[in-house]
Amino acid sequence: MSTLVIVASSILAIAAVVALWRVIRGPSIVDRVIGSDVLLTTLILVVGTEMVATGHTRTIPLMVVLAATALLGTVAVARFVTRPEGTATNADASTPASSRPDETEKGMD
Amino acid sequence: MADAEPLSSILDSAAGVLLVGGALLSLAAAVGLVRFPDALSRLHAATKPQILGLVLVVVALALSQRSWSALLLLTPVIVLQMLTAPISAHMVGRAGYRTGDFDASTLVVDELAADVADAGRSDLPGSAEPTDRATRRSPRLDASAEPSGEA
Repeated sequence: MSTLVIVASSILAIAAVVALWRVIRGPSIVDRVIGSDVLLTTLILVVGTEMVATGHTRTIPLMVVLAATALLGTVAVARFVTRPEGTATNADASTPASSRPDETEKGMD
Repeated sequence: MADAEPLSSILDSAAGVLLVGGALLSLAAAVGLVRFPDALSRLHAATKPQILGLVLVVVALALSQRSWSALLLLTPVIVLQMLTAPISAHMVGRAGYRTGDFDASTLVVDELAADVADAGRSDLPGSAEPTDRATRRSPRLDASAEPSGEA
């Protein structure tokens, strides 16, 4: 089994490096968010693999916390990246207030 | 299977195989991140290991631990990830659509474009091309459009 654990750890390491490459290179912030999401998922898998390799259960709470809070950063960034900078504000400023949908309708797309 | 020695060796081997499977899913997501052209298709690749890969690794951990307390601790990991992964994927997909970070020519159908045009949002992608709402939207889409558009 130790061979399989080593193989799995190597694959996870490669996946983490590639995801980190996408976070660094990603042309848009959405790409970076997706890359960091994959990086965090890989981290959870690494924590589980390490527990299988060494036979302890001390870091299961870490897995629980990571799984529960993985969405916070993603949702926060995705919420505030929604409006394209510049174009959205200009378009809003040039639109007459009467024809603009109100705040609740703005969220619907 | 009756005596403990071969059973534990079989379970350990199964745990190793499941670990490699979960790691391969993570690698598939990473390859998809590099190879796919735009954010929305990268999101498709990225969501694969979030549930299935995690389930494989957690099952491997449960097989190697073989205790009820470990299983009790591991269940919330799966449940929480199943609850939160669709939310984050939905939000990222929404942001990816709104920032126009996709190639519209590769879409087979853009069901959101009609709603965007309907809301008068000229600053969003998809609103440029005119859409025939009567033919494009079915009653089922009409019904589901109201709650799903919530911010």
